[in-house]
Amino acid sequence: MNQRVVFISTVLTIGLLLASVPVLDQVDRAREDQTLQDVLYVPSAGTVKHLSLGYNGLMADIYWTRVVQYFGGKHHLKSREYQLLAPLLDITTTLDPHLVVAFQFGAIFLAQSPPEGAGDPQAAVRLAERGIANNPAEWRLYYDLGYIYWQELHDPRAASAAFLKGSQVPGALPWMKVMAAALAQSGGEERTARYLWTNILHDTNDDLIRANAGKRLRALDSDDTVTVLQHYADLYTEQLGHAPQSWADMIASGHMRGVPRDPMGNPYLLRNGHVEVQDPDNFPFITQGLPPGREASVIPKMPGK
Amino acid sequence: MSRIFAIAFNTFREAVRDRVLYNLVVFAVLIIGSSLLFGQISIGVEKLVLVNLGLTSISLFGIVIAIFIGIQMVSKEIERRTLYTVLAARPVSRWEFILGKEFGLIGTLAVNAFFMAVGFFAALFYLSHKFVHEDAYLLVALYFILLQFVLITSLALFFSTFSSPLMSSIFTFALFVIGTFAEDLRGFAAIAGGTAKVVITTLAYLVPNFAALNVITQVAHGVAVPARLVLLNSLYVLIYAGAITSAAVLVFQRRNLK
Repeated sequence: MNQRVVFISTVLTIGLLLASVPVLDQVDRAREDQTLQDVLYVPSAGTVKHLSLGYNGLMADIYWTRVVQYFGGKHHLKSREYQLLAPLLDITTTLDPHLVVAFQFGAIFLAQSPPEGAGDPQAAVRLAERGIANNPAEWRLYYDLGYIYWQELHDPRAASAAFLKGSQVPGALPWMKVMAAALAQSGGEERTARYLWTNILHDTNDDLIRANAGKRLRALDSDDTVTVLQHYADLYTEQLGHAPQSWADMIASGHMRGVPRDPMGNPYLLRNGHVEVQDPDNFPFITQGLPPGREASVIPKMPGK
Repeated sequence: MSRIFAIAFNTFREAVRDRVLYNLVVFAVLIIGSSLLFGQISIGVEKLVLVNLGLTSISLFGIVIAIFIGIQMVSKEIERRTLYTVLAARPVSRWEFILGKEFGLIGTLAVNAFFMAVGFFAALFYLSHKFVHEDAYLLVALYFILLQFVLITSLALFFSTFSSPLMSSIFTFALFVIGTFAEDLRGFAAIAGGTAKVVITTLAYLVPNFAALNVITQVAHGVAVPARLVLLNSLYVLIYAGAITSAAVLVFQRRNLK
């Protein structure tokens, strides 16, 4: 009798535990993200914090896992709706305002256009700014903020400001300053760009970055010169009724004293009233004096993205 | 069968004599009543607060009662030496003893839950002066709470067959907390890789799934619970509680009581 009960109870224990697995899977399917959906009923992230009875860190980790699961699932299905992403991130970061990874990736998840993300760059900016306010020593959060301004909101000035602030955080990598300068240049902030490139040129120990800063400054110089030269060429056209064909025409008319040269020492070209650099490959970042059909390339590719 | 019923009835009778039980039930009813006051503090969410606080009280107090009584099931009998009388002097098998205890405790909890639910619905009627169609969903939430009690009872009884009351209560409560996050555990498993994935997946299926049995937030907002979920949860609890009770029988059967 004793042996029979032991045998039956052993078989039942194992058999029923195994049988519970497919039922549990069915329960999960029937609930369809109900645990995540519950965040819609949460009055505020602060309420969750109070309810976590001081175990905020653990709860934040759990919520962060939910964010990753939710985003991963939606992303996998190429969904265009990420309704729960913002409230889940809000709860996660309220529970643990020092969970930098949630601010970093959360902001990117929010910013990217669907189906890659929620397509809400303003919410992403708010999240990144909140991350910076809580973790001012994390330069990567400035990087994310700058990236969102630049890539998603197409605001190079705001992006430049974010990169610049981030570059001042101890431990920030030097290319943060490079990005700030490049974006300032692209956003028309010439004076800021010149100041930043000059700083980079003098401060950095990295040969590549220094060479790049030199190219940038030469491009700025060239752009300044071409703007002035173009002004005189236009003046010539206006006064004499036809475009100058060469510098000799300009010198003869008294608009120029000699043939102007670019920062590399090569003479500028004047073709049908249009000022151009002789070899645009010497000035990869210029925006003025480019031959027809050649486009300006001011902003470099961002490292790590 | 009559022997199981006799033990169940005896367990029920003993449990309802316990003063602590009454204290807990009265306290739960008081909290449900006080949710009327909490509701008045929050503008426009009186009913929401009442439902959330009321159902949560029924659930938590029921679980406390289940753990409190369940963990003493076997140890008390051993302490009083009544277990030897029951098992030796009467023709009762150990498995019958375990099943009887389990049914007796579930019955006790069901009766307690009934009284707490009466208090809860009385408070709801006092607040709304009527019942609406959505209030029927509250019954589903109450049914799920009862299913939670069944799981907790089997766990408490299982631990009480080989462990001290203190350790049993810790184990049972810990499993309740872990089980509340069972879905997250499966989420972790989905993200993890290699050996960790296997270990976490196994754990995730081994722990009781309390998460699916908590629909309080949902029904508080008048959202219906699918019939399929009611069916699946019932089936799951039946299977899981069956497995744990079988394990309790197995351990108790092999235990040297001399």
